[in-house]
Amino acid sequence: MNLSTKFPSLLMFLTVFLVGAATPGFTQHENQENTHEEASTADHEVGDLCGHAGHHDEEFDPAATAFHHIANPNVFSIGPFNFPLPCILYAPDHGLEIFSAGRFEFDFRGHGDGHKAYKGYVLDAGSVKRVVDPSFPQESVIIGGFAHEGDDASVCYEGKAYPLDSRSAMDGGLFGGGISSFYDFSLSKNVVALILVFAFLAWIFIGIARSYKEREGKAPKGIQSFMEPMFLFIQDEVAKPFLGDKWAKYQPFLMSLFFFILALNLFGQIPFFGGANVTGNLAFTMALALFTFFVVNFNGKSEYWKHVLWMPGVPAAIKAVIITPVEILGLFIKPFTLMLRLFANITAGHIVVLSFIGLIFIFGKSGESLGGASLGVVVSVPLTIFMMAIELLVAFIQAFVFTILTASYIGAAIEEHHH
Amino acid sequence: MIFLEFTVIKPEIGLFVWSCIIFALFWLIVGRFAFRPIADALKKREHDIQGALDESVRTREEMAKMKAENEALLAQAREERGRMLKEAKETGDAIVREAREGAKSEASKVLEQAKLEIENQKKHAINEVKNQAGILAIEITERLLREELKDKESQRRLVDNLVKDLNLS
Repeated sequence: MNLSTKFPSLLMFLTVFLVGAATPGFTQHENQENTHEEASTADHEVGDLCGHAGHHDEEFDPAATAFHHIANPNVFSIGPFNFPLPCILYAPDHGLEIFSAGRFEFDFRGHGDGHKAYKGYVLDAGSVKRVVDPSFPQESVIIGGFAHEGDDASVCYEGKAYPLDSRSAMDGGLFGGGISSFYDFSLSKNVVALILVFAFLAWIFIGIARSYKEREGKAPKGIQSFMEPMFLFIQDEVAKPFLGDKWAKYQPFLMSLFFFILALNLFGQIPFFGGANVTGNLAFTMALALFTFFVVNFNGKSEYWKHVLWMPGVPAAIKAVIITPVEILGLFIKPFTLMLRLFANITAGHIVVLSFIGLIFIFGKSGESLGGASLGVVVSVPLTIFMMAIELLVAFIQAFVFTILTASYIGAAIEEHHH
Repeated sequence: MIFLEFTVIKPEIGLFVWSCIIFALFWLIVGRFAFRPIADALKKREHDIQGALDESVRTREEMAKMKAENEALLAQAREERGRMLKEAKETGDAIVREAREGAKSEASKVLEQAKLEIENQKKHAINEVKNQAGILAIEITERLLREELKDKESQRRLVDNLVKDLNLS
């Protein structure tokens, strides 16, 4: 436990440090761009934005590249190839649209920029965005490219820049997201990864359950004996110590958490196979934390609620002023930390790996300097291998930490009175 | 703005909904059809193994007890055999001794009888010899007397001799 709680902070530190180290080139470049844009917008039309469209693609931008790779696009990348995924989009003022991302006619090899707009939607760097302007044509039209300026993205069409909306997010605008003009319920890369992992684990574990039934009274064999130590570890070291004799009731939930998180962590680390960053996405960890929150509080015994709302053995004034508000906050902070811990660890690991790989391109000045790139390879490859090894470790540790903390929260909620 | 493209920190509603659905399905389906049966099977197996271990301990104890019993029985049998052998030997010896003694006494009795018989036969023979000798002597004497007393001369001489003998004595 001590080790695993130290790791996140270490990883976050490393990430901040490395991203910080890698960013100056990017920010400097952007600043130049910005000053250039500011100078030009003074005496040009907005359409001029589109004159520079595509320009940003030529320079290597490590931060944007890293963020692009951990994002949740509407295309699935295997190696350098992009495969379209089904889009399910809902805009309150437009209705529901279901179509394949292939409608955007993005390049099979590329960054996932669509060449066409469809029903007012476009594909920018693999992600669906919506044109806000209602005068934009609803039918399938060829577009001129994308322009990014500051926080805003625009699409160029017939020499005119149309601002774009990103999919709605639940951060309330805290990180630049918030409710926009449309909702994206697509089978995006992460959803496809979820379905694949779900199917894979269901196949594996139902098979194992069947072999336990068929080989009753015999020693475990094959995949069964591979999974049994992990299964027993979670059961005997996590479920039983925290939940006492009621462990069997919560065992499926804890097992689901552990194996689902673990499998997704590992799935996200397979190189050239999508690299789906599911457990490093706040939406997914939020969903899991919500499950934990409900399981804990729906099963809370009267003893637990008494301790939360009116702690026995403490003077009433202190209870009313400090303990009860803190305990009530704690109800939400506990799942909140679960959500952030898993998200931060996995995202941090991916960003560090991507930053190390980005070193090759920074040293090589985006392909201009072969010597620099070679030096970058020499520096970056061992660091990346090391980091990926750490990530493998973190995949197990974080799945375990999430599960054991959930077990401890449930254990505290269902504990019967004994002083 | 560093968060511009950092989309992972903006929880998308679509992904959130899908995550909830898929995790709930996973929990329901895999939990019900895999995790719970596996836990039950493991519990049962653990129980079986514990049972088998207990059983083996009990069997071992029983075996030890049986072995001790067998050994006691064996020792008893061995003792019995020894005793029986000894008894048989003693009986045999007694029979042989008795037989020998019987034979000896029988033999000596036969011997005694034989001796007695021999003695009797001897006596008888001697008596026979004596009788024969007596008869013979009488016959001889008779013949001699007849020879001697055939004439008067000889008769007188005899009387003379006898008188002489008487005188002498």
